[in-house]
Amino acid sequence: MTFRAKHLLGIEHLHPTEITTLLDLADSYADHNRRGIAHRDVLAGLTQINMFFESSTRTQASFELAGKRLGADVMNMGMQASSIKKGETLIDTALTLNAMRPDLLVVRHPHSGAVDLLAQKVNCAVLNAGDGKHEHPTQALLDALTIRRAKGRLHRLSIAICGDIAHSRVARSNIMLLGKMENRIRLIAPPTLMPAGVSEFGCEVFENMEEGLRDVDVVMMLRLQKERMDGGFIPSEREYFHRYGLDAAKLSHAKPDAIVMHPGPMNRGVEIDGNIADDINRSVIQEQVEMGVAVRMAAMDLLARNLRAQRQEVMV
Amino acid sequence: MTQTLFINARLIDPVALTDSRGALLMRNGKITAVYETAPTPPKGASVIDCGGQCLAPGIIDIGVKVSEPGERHKESFRTAGRAAAAGGVTTIVTRPDTSPAIDTPETLEFVARRAALDAPVNVLPMAALTKGRDGREMTEIGFLQDAGAVAFTDCDRVISNTKVFSRALTYARSLDALVIAHVQDPGLSDGAAVTSGKFASLRGLPGVSPMAERMALDRDIALLEMTGARYHADQITTARALPALERAKRNGLRITAGIGIHHLTLNELDVADYRTFFKLKPPLRSEDDRQAVVQAVADGLIDIISSMHSPQDEESKRLPFEEAASGAVGLETLLPAALRLYHADAIDLPRLFRALSLNPAHLLGLAAGRLLAGAPADLILFDPDAPFQLDRARLMSKSKNTPFDGARMQGKVLGTWVAGTRIWEGH
Repeated sequence: MTFRAKHLLGIEHLHPTEITTLLDLADSYADHNRRGIAHRDVLAGLTQINMFFESSTRTQASFELAGKRLGADVMNMGMQASSIKKGETLIDTALTLNAMRPDLLVVRHPHSGAVDLLAQKVNCAVLNAGDGKHEHPTQALLDALTIRRAKGRLHRLSIAICGDIAHSRVARSNIMLLGKMENRIRLIAPPTLMPAGVSEFGCEVFENMEEGLRDVDVVMMLRLQKERMDGGFIPSEREYFHRYGLDAAKLSHAKPDAIVMHPGPMNRGVEIDGNIADDINRSVIQEQVEMGVAVRMAAMDLLARNLRAQRQEVMV
Repeated sequence: MTQTLFINARLIDPVALTDSRGALLMRNGKITAVYETAPTPPKGASVIDCGGQCLAPGIIDIGVKVSEPGERHKESFRTAGRAAAAGGVTTIVTRPDTSPAIDTPETLEFVARRAALDAPVNVLPMAALTKGRDGREMTEIGFLQDAGAVAFTDCDRVISNTKVFSRALTYARSLDALVIAHVQDPGLSDGAAVTSGKFASLRGLPGVSPMAERMALDRDIALLEMTGARYHADQITTARALPALERAKRNGLRITAGIGIHHLTLNELDVADYRTFFKLKPPLRSEDDRQAVVQAVADGLIDIISSMHSPQDEESKRLPFEEAASGAVGLETLLPAALRLYHADAIDLPRLFRALSLNPAHLLGLAAGRLLAGAPADLILFDPDAPFQLDRARLMSKSKNTPFDGARMQGKVLGTWVAGTRIWEGH
């Protein structure tokens, strides 16, 4: 068995062979999805609960679709509206759900470490769909699969991650994953959006887009949250776009065949020029969304196998 | 007239900075004589053979939170008193950050009455410096002093309005009242849960630069030059704040500094996978900072070690890290944790007790904290080597939020005496 994890809480604790195993499986799911081959037996009889303590459309839909394609019974719980408003603690919520005996729990929470905390209290497999500024492992995995399919490999590539790195869980998971797979990572951001201690991350750090993008294979843009735009971290949207927004001129410094990625949702004209985002020769943004479903299918498939094996052991 | 002669003791003297064999006689709650070689016991005196173990002045712990009034389910005077006795703490100096805050003579009297009724150790209360610890209006410093307040502090809240703080300092100076302040720039530290750096960034936790401590200390030093008040910084935990402290002392300002035991024995990496029992205020620092402040205690630049005992119930801690309450209990683990520094050859025992007993006594004008004839017989007998594994369930404190759960430690308190009366007997 080359995928041994019980939960998918982050990239940090995954071994490179586990990452490769998951990506290989996701790759075949991606092909099958395109050809319309169904796999409704894989998670048949299992219950998947999506618990989103922070609003999300895309990630939640992607997890829901992945579960349904594999035949799971999927339930969505919008947690902003429910029990936490009534003062229930996260652990009590976890224990309550655990008593309903779900098999797969997909959790997003606004606080870093909250999903780890919850995973300690339940008997099912937990998938982190983003916790605070900590990790978003399935996003990093889908980015990796997209890169691997576009570039034919996932090692010895030069990859630039640009934008609000300080507040981005996507950036953290990607830095860890791409580092584990032995790529060269460049971080490009204004210093106010760079995390503290970044010089110890093992990445090259740039404050200038043109210099940072020089000869890279992959340009990964990050979303800039609305609330950080005005004066707090950067002076204004337009100055940010001028200095850090990805346009044709800045992209010309990258390799001619460099691909452009964005985890979505995009702010056109803030971090990325709409023309670049829509350029089918450069942008793989739509493919990222497609790979998202495949990666989540693979993650839930592998975790469910481990869960079943574990339950079998208990019964024997 | 009761007399007790301790013989065969290893006397830890923080005044002479000696660690030597000897004997000690106490009578009617006071130390009456200290000997190099044991005399014949006076008539009627009981004799305690210390078996070569350490006899030291009892610990004076400044900044203990007893959660009365308001949160007695977290800690009461009875449980805090018993925890102190078990930990070798003979005087607790209590914090006013209760609910409501101790900011009037009436609430202070309540505390004094409850303490006298329930706690076997000496309890000296501190009072808030501003009403409701809100940083707007000063409290009745004079009345509170008359009612027994030994120091004035808004605890972990920083008075951001320098006009308010400078007036409070000026007024306190006229009464020679001691002001204790938390040094942390309020703007820079807003919302922070850990110290900024690689660890905080990878965990995705909001961090505060260690510079926030120096900024606040620099500000307060300027205010001291202006007002001449008597001032103690509750916790100096970073290397960068030390030169400013050293300079202020050299310039003759009436400034002292303390540190909590956890910042001397743990670092930021101990938080690991979001362990909330390691969430403190200020947050745990880098290993470089920890080593610098240990050296500063050994050198006497940092004057005082406290437990910063902060009881929190399970509910306040079993939350995502950012939402969890700060603080750790420390009365019972203060001595064994401090002994880690002794066993690591970082600080010898007399210097350790200078920071645990003598300097706090100096700061508060107490006669305790030393092994001298005439001093109160607040004493502890301990075995510095006895190993044990800490089980938090067995702590006397009502709250069990210790970062040392399961830790292997050394040092056991064999006996605690307050004013000559034995209040703890360890095994």
